[in-house]
Amino acid sequence: MDGRGGFPATSKLKDEMENVAMIQATNLSKVFPATKKTKEIRAVDGVSFECQPSEIYGLLGTNGAGKTTTLRMLATILEPTGGTANVAGYDIIEEPEKVRANVGFLSTATALYGRLTAKEMVEYFARLHGMDGEGLRKAIDSLFEMLGMNDFRNQRCEKLSTGQKQKVSIARTLVHDPKVMIFDEPTVGLDVIASRTIVGFIRQCRDRGKTVIFSTHVMTEVEKLCDRIGIIHRGRLLAEGSLAQLRERFGKQDLEDIFVDVLGDQP
Amino acid sequence: MSLRDIGVVYHKELIDSLRDRRTVISMTVVPLLLFPALTLGMGLLGATLMSRAKGEVPLVMVVGGEDSPRVVEALKRNKKIEVVPGSADFEDQVSNKTVRAAIILPKGFDAAAEHGDAQTVGVDYYEGDIKSELALDTAETSLKDYRVTLAKQLVSERGVPGNLVEPFKVEKTNVAPPEKVAGSTLGGLIPYFVIILSLTGAMYPAMDLTAGEKERGTMETILTSPVSRTDLVLGKFFMVLTASLATALLSLTSMAVSFFLARNMIDKLVSEDNPTVHYAIDPVGILAVLLMVLPLSVLFAATLLAIALFAKSFREAQTYLSPLTVIVIMPAVAALLPGVELNTRTALIPILSTTLVGKELMAGNHPWGFIMLIFLSSCVYASLAIAAAVTMFNRESVLFRA
Repeated sequence: MDGRGGFPATSKLKDEMENVAMIQATNLSKVFPATKKTKEIRAVDGVSFECQPSEIYGLLGTNGAGKTTTLRMLATILEPTGGTANVAGYDIIEEPEKVRANVGFLSTATALYGRLTAKEMVEYFARLHGMDGEGLRKAIDSLFEMLGMNDFRNQRCEKLSTGQKQKVSIARTLVHDPKVMIFDEPTVGLDVIASRTIVGFIRQCRDRGKTVIFSTHVMTEVEKLCDRIGIIHRGRLLAEGSLAQLRERFGKQDLEDIFVDVLGDQP
Repeated sequence: MSLRDIGVVYHKELIDSLRDRRTVISMTVVPLLLFPALTLGMGLLGATLMSRAKGEVPLVMVVGGEDSPRVVEALKRNKKIEVVPGSADFEDQVSNKTVRAAIILPKGFDAAAEHGDAQTVGVDYYEGDIKSELALDTAETSLKDYRVTLAKQLVSERGVPGNLVEPFKVEKTNVAPPEKVAGSTLGGLIPYFVIILSLTGAMYPAMDLTAGEKERGTMETILTSPVSRTDLVLGKFFMVLTASLATALLSLTSMAVSFFLARNMIDKLVSEDNPTVHYAIDPVGILAVLLMVLPLSVLFAATLLAIALFAKSFREAQTYLSPLTVIVIMPAVAALLPGVELNTRTALIPILSTTLVGKELMAGNHPWGFIMLIFLSSCVYASLAIAAAVTMFNRESVLFRA
């Protein structure tokens, strides 16, 4: 299985991955069929974009824009109804399990098993990623050391503070040393301190050569973090580029103004 | 499909469930307490009430016995009843339970009896009142005995040998071994309880591992791992099956232990009316029942998982699963009804067939053809249920039902 061996990623990985698109979405679409209660929903509609290693790609959009569905498709939690994507060299439809083996997915919806201890939680995911024995022990020890989790390593997740829980979630996404990190609105509902931890962690991932894609509707996070930005609305990618490129194209400095401008002519 | 991955998921679910108080209670406490309570408690209560009823000497009123001292004397000789003089409101007294029964003798009973004139003696009693029924039994026996004595006396006075009136006596001897006696009376009940408990034992973990995961937000977490959804559902399935079998096994063990502890009390109860009848539980029969319940547990575990997975929350899952208890109880109860027997048609009805064959096994009978048919058909149903659970788990619309 690819991507094992614990955090941090080596600079070799960084070199190898340079200029190779780690995420390549092509015409990605998702239609949720009509039910008795709801009409058909075209959540994602022909979205195409690329993300390179050591790059943070921010998917910016309002609630219901299609951010979560896009990221869930990239993480193979949902299957696209049209188009496809290649993540870490694997097609999300053809080889979803291999894609997941190379992806770390974190969102506020990905909770922890309350009755497992911090160590058991991370260990469980390491085992699901095919890790075992000495390799597993070393990966966990170094992760717990790095994230400062040894104080609560044997405490049940339900007893942990929000900050501690976050660290366990981070360790859970990192234990198999994934090449691609996907964050779905990772700071929603968190206080300033906790949000800063997450933002710092996202930056570290990029510095270690990982490809990072994250969704948010918080403009300041995008300005602080993203190398490239995609503005998504009603399932369609309306604008894409670096912050500088977007500023130049729309002739505005403030990202919020640019965002409103992009959405301006949309229904 | 990877056995290793299924094992990893199973191991985690086992640890997780054993730390959940509610799962442990439904899996262990219920079967461990229910059976001792049922057998020891109910048995003890029944025995106490019965012996109290039998220990009390009931008052029996003799109405119209003033001109017939001989029959009254004969009734008084029976120490199991206390004869009290008659009064006009005897019916009210029986109804009010002041007396337990009333014997109504016709006028001039003794005189008419001596001449051999046919007459009718009435006995008033209160149906449903055990003490009144016991008084009726004793009064009836006394009157019958007196009838035979009187008849013997009448025929011998006419020069005919007395034993012509009663040319033979009946003596009953039980030849059924104790296991069979217990098997045929308890035979249906034991598989019935084991089946119900193997369902209820699986119910809580099935909800916790599916709807519970959705509610707590861990479903999305686990779906991000590379384990295939089939391996994931199979790992969960084996955990629910473990809970179901553990409950069945614990209930059988607790039942066997309670019967063992209460054996003297139960034996005393059954042998009271006929000293040749004894009671014992056949351990081989119990093991055979457990074996037959195995495919049924698989069926329950998979069905519960498939249904509970559809629910968005624990509460919704409870709404879906509660009616299932009634659906399972119905065929299990049907098997206890008289006249419902094992045949090729009933052998194909899940649950009913297992209860019916369980009844046979407990009674020491081994209908091998039916045993195979029931085991195989239950395995087929169980496989279909597993397939349904796997299909459900691979459906996005079920996992992310809005």
